Amino acid sequence: MSTLTDLTLAQARDKLKSREISSRELTEAHIVAMEDARDLNAFITETPEHALTMADAADARIKDEQNGDKIGPIEGIPVAIKDLYCTEGVQTTAASHILEGFKPQYESTVTANMWKAGGVMLGKTNLDEFAMGSSNETSYFGNVISPWRRTDDNAGQIVPGGSSGGSASAVAARIAIAATGTDTGGSIRQPASFVGIVGMKPTYGRCSRWGIVAFASSLDQPGPMTRTVRDSAILLQAMAGHDPKDSTSVNQPLPDFEAALTGDIKGLKIGIPREYRMDGMASEIDDLWKQGVKWLEDAGATCVEISLPHTKYALPAYYIVAPAEASSNLARYDGVRYGLRVDGDSLEEMYEATRGEGFGDEVQRRVLIGTYVLSAGYYDAYYLKAQKVRTRIAEDFRNAFEQVDAILTPTAPSAAFAAGEKGDDPIAMYLNDIFTVPASMAGLPGISVPAGLSADGLPLGLQVLGNAFDEETVFRVGSVLEQAAAFDARPAKWWGDKS
Amino acid sequence: MSLDKATVAGIAHLARIKVDDDRLETMVGELNNILGWIEQLDEVDTDGVAPMTSVADMDAPQRQDIVNDGDCRDRVLANAPAAADGFFGVPKVIE
Repeated sequence: MSTLTDLTLAQARDKLKSREISSRELTEAHIVAMEDARDLNAFITETPEHALTMADAADARIKDEQNGDKIGPIEGIPVAIKDLYCTEGVQTTAASHILEGFKPQYESTVTANMWKAGGVMLGKTNLDEFAMGSSNETSYFGNVISPWRRTDDNAGQIVPGGSSGGSASAVAARIAIAATGTDTGGSIRQPASFVGIVGMKPTYGRCSRWGIVAFASSLDQPGPMTRTVRDSAILLQAMAGHDPKDSTSVNQPLPDFEAALTGDIKGLKIGIPREYRMDGMASEIDDLWKQGVKWLEDAGATCVEISLPHTKYALPAYYIVAPAEASSNLARYDGVRYGLRVDGDSLEEMYEATRGEGFGDEVQRRVLIGTYVLSAGYYDAYYLKAQKVRTRIAEDFRNAFEQVDAILTPTAPSAAFAAGEKGDDPIAMYLNDIFTVPASMAGLPGISVPAGLSADGLPLGLQVLGNAFDEETVFRVGSVLEQAAAFDARPAKWWGDKS
Repeated sequence: MSLDKATVAGIAHLARIKVDDDRLETMVGELNNILGWIEQLDEVDTDGVAPMTSVADMDAPQRQDIVNDGDCRDRVLANAPAAADGFFGVPKVIE
């Protein structure tokens, strides 16, 4: 059974199609792995029965030869869904007390696309509350634990990154073949880097946001989390597409992402942004980055230094824009229409008590910051200023992409850290996203590919950024990096059944 | 500039979040740290720069002004904590 959980999405797809394995046996193997890995706390809701029903339906479609062309691109593949995607009839919490017990009456567009493509849902993964966090320590349902441990401390718990930490742990621990994440400022790429998997944030507008619990609407973007770049391309294909229900969803034909993996990057120009070389950055991060440059040059690309002058302002501008949008989006949690209600003597007291008890500390902090920067008298100084800085950041990238085809950077400024290590200082936590936030502010696609191990044995990722709607180049460069890095380290199993 | 406790209490009220007095104190420090860090944006020259209102380079799509959803009262109320008789229940608002 254990080998079934080692299959990549592409391998499983081919074995299912040739009927060497069935979706039921593949799904059962992953359900066993999911139940065995509860120490990781990667799931908020497990849906094994749901999964088996979907697997049987997939097997029936595969068996029915006449249905040959109706077999979807991820037919029969067991996947995990971040608990930010609304799933009809299945509890969707955003990892918040305020949404505990909420059962959506509708399905998010992205998950609906995936089920149409044949996917099988294993369950809903844990995350930072409302996707606000970089370590998965803000969930109402408890911290997610990374399957990785430091070589010199095999008892110490490591964070999986965030906010898509449950999806990251599930894929790294081989509980799910693939998972969905969402990325607002790095929430797919940073956890992917922390657990040694591939995380892809598509261009803003590539995937529909409809039916995904909103954090910061001008930044949020769904994307795939997988163990290989090829799997990432296959899953994005199944997730993406135009949706009239999301007015920011772009009506453009979808390229064939898997076909973009030609392995040929000869003649491509890759930008190396000098502003990403931060003071005090760990030398192992810098060394890995230099190694990445060499890998790409060995494959025939030309690497050139570029400048993205407003890089250092992306993070502070993000911490105006994202909380402002969050304070507005989260106004809907009022104790009236869904989720938690805490009684009060008046309507207003009921609102305040519900939101005081329903939102955790980090969510409250961000809603208060957002409320303040949007309030009368401060809007221009903060919000408008941040929007102008955002224009500057987008201009930096636009200028860069006149000279280069893609950009190579580290994904995160460090390897994963221990739970509680950065707990007291919000800004220290925010700095985790220093290399991922700029592209989010500009709406650009990016991928994190596992590229090496830190001195203490934890995964490190490299990030490839591309021009708007050029995921194909991002995938192509990412897969060349993946091949050169040949990252095959995996976490030693300490959880569940040790046999 | 820095926020005092009364201002933070005012912001919490605007956001309709009940923050207990002992947590308010901690919150004041944290918010001031974050706002202090954000102030580095003043270094950026943004004269004549248009604020970004949409990251996607596209026009807002339009659709026909027709009813395309509805007639699903029970589904709308399905998750309400205090639904009754086809309505959302709230504490009394009219004396």
